[in-house]
Amino acid sequence: MTDKSDIRIEADRLRRLFEARGAEVFETDILQPAGALLDLYGEDIRARAFVTQDPLQGEMMLRPDFTLPLVQRHMSARLGEGRYTYAGEVFRRQEDAPDRASEYLQVGFELFDGALGSDADAEVFAAFYETLAPLGLRAAMGDIGLLRAAVEGLVSNPARKAALLHHLWRPRRFRALLNRFRSSDQRELPTETKGIEIGLRSRAEVNARLAAMAAEQAETPLDTEAATLIDALLAVREKAPDALSQLRYLAVDMPAIAPAVDTLAARFEAMSARGVDVDTLDFEASYGRTSLEYYDGFVFGFYAEGRADLPPVATGGRYDALTRAIGGNAGVPAVGGVIRPGLVIELGGASCR
Amino acid sequence: MSLKLGVPSKGRLMEKTFAWFQDHGVTLSRVGNDREYAGHVSGVDGVELVLLAAAEIPRELAAGRIHLGVTGIDMVREKLAFWENRVAEIEPLGFGEADLVIAVPDFWADVTTLDDLDQTATAFRATHGHRLRIATKYHRLIRDFLRENGVSDYQLVDSQGATEGTVKNLTAEAIADITSTGATLTANHLRILEDGLVLSSLAVLYKTRAEVWDDAARVSWDALKAQIGLG
Repeated sequence: MTDKSDIRIEADRLRRLFEARGAEVFETDILQPAGALLDLYGEDIRARAFVTQDPLQGEMMLRPDFTLPLVQRHMSARLGEGRYTYAGEVFRRQEDAPDRASEYLQVGFELFDGALGSDADAEVFAAFYETLAPLGLRAAMGDIGLLRAAVEGLVSNPARKAALLHHLWRPRRFRALLNRFRSSDQRELPTETKGIEIGLRSRAEVNARLAAMAAEQAETPLDTEAATLIDALLAVREKAPDALSQLRYLAVDMPAIAPAVDTLAARFEAMSARGVDVDTLDFEASYGRTSLEYYDGFVFGFYAEGRADLPPVATGGRYDALTRAIGGNAGVPAVGGVIRPGLVIELGGASCR
Repeated sequence: MSLKLGVPSKGRLMEKTFAWFQDHGVTLSRVGNDREYAGHVSGVDGVELVLLAAAEIPRELAAGRIHLGVTGIDMVREKLAFWENRVAEIEPLGFGEADLVIAVPDFWADVTTLDDLDQTATAFRATHGHRLRIATKYHRLIRDFLRENGVSDYQLVDSQGATEGTVKNLTAEAIADITSTGATLTANHLRILEDGLVLSSLAVLYKTRAEVWDDAARVSWDALKAQIGLG
């Protein structure tokens, strides 16, 4: 068991490295109001965070991450470009993984309003890449933007498109939707709603959805080609340069993803320019889909090879959508990530080799 | 230490448990007046009756404060993470059958499946500005079930009783609760989703896996097993 004071020293060291990259130190309370977190992450956050009750302030959560308070702070101050770092405890319930820590230190580096998206992505990735280089970790990345572009380009019906985009982060439901849109739905729909109207949801809402369902049934099924292309996209899993050529090849049949592939290529170039050896990185098109919703572009993680028992040492990505969810429609481009200093020490430390 | 047997302290679950043990040659009884939660066991030696709320029996078993306990499958799975590691199912008792289900207002003609519920929740949030509320006391089981089935944009609201009335009272849009005949749901204008069965529950005799078994407890357990005809 690593000594907690050693972990704190390591966390401070990592934070200073991010400060040296121009980041301002961010501090926030451990007790956070539950309402905003619930609104943002939904009911699942209750399974992952510790909820407690304050007799005056109501339901509070032990800080599950720094992201929400940091975005709130940045957006309420209406700041322009900003770099932030923080180091502190976060708390996660581990109902399904009793061996994992429910309290640990996290050191973050976040960049808001970077001038050019691909360069901001590369700056953040390079910061983690260089900081963690002594540990010899495996880096993996993905880009939810590719799947989003494919759905937007291949699915013309607005209701279907909205449903698929809503479930980009839930692979099972996404798959079920694709299958449903692919086959013709012969289910007999009721034409009227019987029974007593109770609750907030009105009969008018029920009738409106029945009409929408009838319209969906009248639609022609999603063409098989489109679904096959989406499957092919999700199956891409190669070293970065090979992944890029596969995606370029797919873009011939799926021109809609071409801009997203260009974005990816520009990001790889920006990463190379910052000294990242892109050829050694793993790229998986479906990477990051099951983790946090709101990562909506570049996603990455650093893993200790041969230590499947450990969670990732660092994770991060772009979360523009999260800033929009918090700030109404006026979001800010945001990309960042976190390191777990406790794991850095367990793996031998990132400073002394 | 004597063998401690935890039994629900009131209601049909208590009566049926007493009857089941009676049929198997062990007499459980409450002693003192009606309000006193003390019990007595005859027909086997060294067994102590502990009367508890059914919902507390899983916790007491996991902590090893009782060796055996009678409670519903629903209670154990809701209250104990990794329940298999903490208690063992000894014998289903053949009563207390009930299903944990998700139900919506019957007049929601457009919602018959979880898939419909998910789509409805998304639209509801856009229209009403908050997530569709599901009233329940089974928070863990329902959250896991809905996550497993990809339902989003809902929130759970706590309801420890009269859950079927929450929709009419405008404190929830749907409910997740235990039902045996469905009559209470129907009476409250609610309908179970076609794929809304979360768990089929039953009263079960559980044994703790906590390290609390001394020789005396083991001897009494063997005697009890022989008496009630368990292998």
